Amino acid sequence: MSYRYLLRRTLLYMAAITFSLWVLIPVFLIAFSAFTPRQELYQWPRAVFPSHFSLETMRFFLGAYGVVRSLFNSVQVALLTLAFTLLVGAPAGYAVARFHFRGKGTFRLGILITRMFPTALLAVPLAVIFIRWGLYDTLLGVALIHTAMALPFAVIITTGIFMGVPKELEEAAMTLGCSRLGAFVRVALPLALPGLAAAAMFTFVISWNEVFAAAILTVRNRTLPAHIITTIQASPLDFRFAGGFFMILPALLFMFLIRRYLFHMWGGAIAER
Amino acid sequence: MAGEIRLEGVRKTFGKVVAVKDLDLVVKESEFLVLLGPSGCGKTTTLRCIAGLERVDKGKVFIGGRDVTELPPAKRGIAMVFQSYAVFPHMTVEKNIGFGLRMRGVPKDQIKKAVREVAELLQIEGLLDRYPSQLSGGQRQRVAVARALVMRPEVLLMDEPLSNLDALLRLQMRAELKKLHREIGTTTVYVTHDQIEALSLGDRIAVMREGEIVQLGTPTDVYDRPANVFVGGFIGTPPMNFLTARVEAKDERLFLAIGEFAVEPDRVWEPILRTRLGKNVLLGIRGENIEVLPTPKEGSIQAHVLVIEPLGAQQLLTVQVGKNLLKVLASLRFSVQPGQTIGLVFAKDKLRLFDEATGLALG
Repeated sequence: MSYRYLLRRTLLYMAAITFSLWVLIPVFLIAFSAFTPRQELYQWPRAVFPSHFSLETMRFFLGAYGVVRSLFNSVQVALLTLAFTLLVGAPAGYAVARFHFRGKGTFRLGILITRMFPTALLAVPLAVIFIRWGLYDTLLGVALIHTAMALPFAVIITTGIFMGVPKELEEAAMTLGCSRLGAFVRVALPLALPGLAAAAMFTFVISWNEVFAAAILTVRNRTLPAHIITTIQASPLDFRFAGGFFMILPALLFMFLIRRYLFHMWGGAIAER
Repeated sequence: MAGEIRLEGVRKTFGKVVAVKDLDLVVKESEFLVLLGPSGCGKTTTLRCIAGLERVDKGKVFIGGRDVTELPPAKRGIAMVFQSYAVFPHMTVEKNIGFGLRMRGVPKDQIKKAVREVAELLQIEGLLDRYPSQLSGGQRQRVAVARALVMRPEVLLMDEPLSNLDALLRLQMRAELKKLHREIGTTTVYVTHDQIEALSLGDRIAVMREGEIVQLGTPTDVYDRPANVFVGGFIGTPPMNFLTARVEAKDERLFLAIGEFAVEPDRVWEPILRTRLGKNVLLGIRGENIEVLPTPKEGSIQAHVLVIEPLGAQQLLTVQVGKNLLKVLASLRFSVQPGQTIGLVFAKDKLRLFDEATGLALG
């Protein structure tokens, strides 16, 4: 093992550790705080580790007015977003991956342009339109906005996924008796499934985390982040920690699931070929 | 069950590129036809038009007497082996081979039996429970062939099926494919750019270039009597040698003058050469049809040896005659040094003559 190799390895690991800590330390602090007994949160100086594990703070958070309802709203919005995004995004990704058509490059670029405008800029006109259309303060309205936000990523991710499934596999299925749709359902879809699952979870998390549009476009039907952001200024410290932890949770689960999916399906058979 | 394939005026363009140019072709029942040509000559596109994976712009495709031009691949009675094998990675070997029969709605026990039979034929019966990622390239190749054969297709289409195998395995599979075809007798169209594969496998070879068939014939035909300079230069290792020669007459006899030397062609060429007296023609001769002499003598052509390459069974000499470079195959017993001047004698009956301008064979 050469000196250069060692140096490179050391630098690589140092960078990896730095980035990991950068992400993980806040997560840990919030998690510890969320399970710290209430009075310990207000002590000064405060211990990093709680004296004992307590569900008191979490219970307080979930019992607070509007939390459970907005939680269900969030789940509904996220699931709707997920359905819309995959129904539109996956076929779009498939089309970009498989077919040659005029304006394909423009389409791929154009789809990103929708993300160029800050939500803040779009929010007020959108609110006006939504009021006219009767979508204001509805979960469907929020889901539509979230779909618009997630769609570009969904198209880009699914394009990559379907490009990874060789075209000949579908053609082979067609020569063996499948229609085009049959070949897609029996061959391309199962092979794309791990990637699509990842795209789905990504979409879910985008919707789950989105605050701004949800806060502006709803009054009574708040999603959880919208509810938290509008109440957090007036909330006690323990509510903030518990809320923060609750918001992180799906993203963390997503990370663990995506890992398992991406690395363990069919032993990387698609990539190998 | 084997069917005849008939292509009538098939044309396929991609944008402005004409991939297949009004092609007419009949593949006879049970025939093994090889489409041979350099990359981009339209051979794979032709195959895909037969398979139904490409829609033809013009013309008709018949399989077993049925007009299948507008039918999807599934309804054409074909099976195809792809260059990349295209074995489904999410299915076991057994499921892969049985896939087509499942699509046809064949009862399970019959599928199992048919899969087992064809797996035995290809000697992969021990691999049925494995996934493709656990197989070697050669094994995947066999799975792909088995998956096609189990369909008992009227027509078997193969797109460079051996090109991803290493040399030794390719040699072995080549012989096995030939044996399989003899046993099963399915009409087969086989695409390759490897002329040795074409010569060894095909009942007939269709040599393609720029979307057209330039020659269609038995391997012997194509090898010994190339229709033009392109075919002669494409087929054979080394390819056919071409020299510019001038038709001259002396004492009522015709000669082909190559620089200061003259070759007397076979009598059968006389009528053609009479009309070209004083003009240039291209003389084509294969490396193995040239006899080498250690020293030039009366009637031989004087050549200068540039390179000597031993090929195991023979040696390949690159020699210079005037401005022309020739490739000559000589026995290993012929001892020669680079720089040496040797004599060449062309086998009279193996001479081929081509028009200098068009490159088309004369006679």
